[in-house]
Amino acid sequence: MVKEFLEGSRAVAEVVKLIRPGVISAYPITPQTHIVEELAQIVADGHLNAQFVNVESEHSAASVVLGAVATGVRSYTATSSQGLLLMAEVLFNIAGLRLPLVMTCANRSISAPINIWNDQQDSVSLRDCGFLQLFAEDIQEAVDLHLIAYKLAEDKAIMLPVMVCMDGFILTHGIETVQMPSQEQVDAFLPAYSPLFKLDPANPLTLGPLVDPEYYMETRYAIQETMKEALGLLPKIAADFNKVFGRKYNGLIEKYQVDDAERVIVAMGSVCGTIKDVVDELRAKGKKVGLLKIASYRPFPAQQIYEALKNIPKVGIVDRALSLGSCAPLVSEVKAAFFGKKNAPAAISSFILGLGGRDITRDSIKEIFKLLTGKEKQGEFIDLKPELLKEKYE
Amino acid sequence: MSNHLLTSGHTACAGCGQSLGARLVVDAAGPNTIIANNTGCLEVFSTKYPESAWGVPFIHSLFENCAAVASGVEAALKYLGKKDTINVIAQAGDGGTADIGLQAISGMLERGHDILYVCYDNEAYMNTGVQRSGLTPFDSNTTTSPVGSQSQGNPRPKKPMPEIALAHGIAYVATASVGFPQDLQRKVKKALAIKGPKYMQVHVPCPLGWRHESSATYQVAKLAVETGLYPIFEYENGVLGAVRQIQPKPAVEYLKTQARFKHLLNNPEEIAKIQAIADANIQKYNLRLQASAAAGS
Repeated sequence: MVKEFLEGSRAVAEVVKLIRPGVISAYPITPQTHIVEELAQIVADGHLNAQFVNVESEHSAASVVLGAVATGVRSYTATSSQGLLLMAEVLFNIAGLRLPLVMTCANRSISAPINIWNDQQDSVSLRDCGFLQLFAEDIQEAVDLHLIAYKLAEDKAIMLPVMVCMDGFILTHGIETVQMPSQEQVDAFLPAYSPLFKLDPANPLTLGPLVDPEYYMETRYAIQETMKEALGLLPKIAADFNKVFGRKYNGLIEKYQVDDAERVIVAMGSVCGTIKDVVDELRAKGKKVGLLKIASYRPFPAQQIYEALKNIPKVGIVDRALSLGSCAPLVSEVKAAFFGKKNAPAAISSFILGLGGRDITRDSIKEIFKLLTGKEKQGEFIDLKPELLKEKYE
Repeated sequence: MSNHLLTSGHTACAGCGQSLGARLVVDAAGPNTIIANNTGCLEVFSTKYPESAWGVPFIHSLFENCAAVASGVEAALKYLGKKDTINVIAQAGDGGTADIGLQAISGMLERGHDILYVCYDNEAYMNTGVQRSGLTPFDSNTTTSPVGSQSQGNPRPKKPMPEIALAHGIAYVATASVGFPQDLQRKVKKALAIKGPKYMQVHVPCPLGWRHESSATYQVAKLAVETGLYPIFEYENGVLGAVRQIQPKPAVEYLKTQARFKHLLNNPEEIAKIQAIADANIQKYNLRLQASAAAGS
């Protein structure tokens, strides 16, 4: 393992190289571009034996890797924002076809208004597409999660695609010290892909048939059951990973100063780093605060979240996406984990912040901890600018 | 056991031109072929789970992406070092080709993938109930281009898909018809022998949508060619090569065979417009048999 000072996109491209996909296909969109540019160069320089297919849209990027995985070849794509939405139809299809693709989503807001900066509306909007979704806190995790993702996706008990989510710019364009694995370590952890089924004239299968009401529901049930199996398998794969690479992943959640805490924030992605800093600062002042990081958004680890938070009096959920017209996505699911349970936090408050790249500062997080009182806050927007809300169209 | 690679027992309508066309194509291609198929009649009638009529590996993904899925299949075969021994065919109906799938096809052609794209042109969205597509002919009565006091049916001529494919600078573009099965199979074999992207458009009557007797499929297909309304030609390296020459029959002979054109039969003005389309084709592709050649045939 080598320590390197790397941009997030470069680090992800380097680990994808070590994973040895045979087909890469992508369409450029900010802030995903550095990842695929780097991979294109790696292929151009002969450092990776892969077919790099430049396509005319994200819909086709996803369709190309769909075809490639169906032919039995490990494949990779990456996108963001509008690109992910354009892929949406294909992503549902990849999951339904049980093709173990791994892709990166460089999380970015959704238009209109067009905005290239980070929030998590894109991948959160696709939570129901059948991809597993793993969220990275920092660049090291982004690197590691790609290895875990392929191992999980290609497991014969899973055979579902995985999306590794990393916050756009913050992680894709940020630079950190990263421990890059060696090729030998990657090859040992992640053997060559051996498909359960593939398009092959020697054994002519029909993939993607018409399935009528007699059979359709069972295919959906099967994916739902597999998601439950993934909840069990992910911690095991994380444990194997930890042994080889010396990390401490749980795979589903991470508890940071939670056990004796009175106030805990629940969050996903890079904001967890900021929250950890604030927790450290407040802990130094004797405040009993903590962070519960959700690492796996799909499958959603409701039981693990329940166990972690059942004795915490005040909990605040940070959403970096909305479900317009209803509660924010994460808070509704965390609350559901406590429904009908005896032990539950006295108050689970909901906060929305950092949309469209609005900076989340330590003060933003301190403000949330301050608002974690016995009274529940319902979808409170943090760092809104009241002066902008007064503008009228006349 | 049938020797065909698209076997009987599927659920296509009696007289379906597309099932005939698809069988001719896959039989000509042979067993070392992988097919990516758009959503549409063909996929629906040939793959209803738990059965499949296909004797070659077959993948259906979505309505508009077979060209991109096939691109991925081809890239994977290249990576595996198997492309030289396996044909890749992307196929779709006219809506999946000329309308919703056009962008993906353009990408596939431009990128130079070694794929044969086949459009089965039955001139409307038949799977959903005869709605107009970009390849629906002028004045055709469909459920979304209905005849009415203000309408003679579809107001636009067919989108020039072969020319659009040709404009990508690809080595082989051809039209064919199930009315001329040997010509169709010869073209499939010829196309597959050429490396790079190829485009074929096959005219396939739909008795249900065109409203003709299911026994008349072959005759209707032949008439479309013989009137000049569906010119059969091939372009090799951008140059017009062999065309099926005809002693043109009046366009109305073709229109009379199908109830989708029934509203035109007492309307000489509209028939003249359709005859003009046939005449333009005859001139453009040099379809008319010369007198001496005709005498010798």
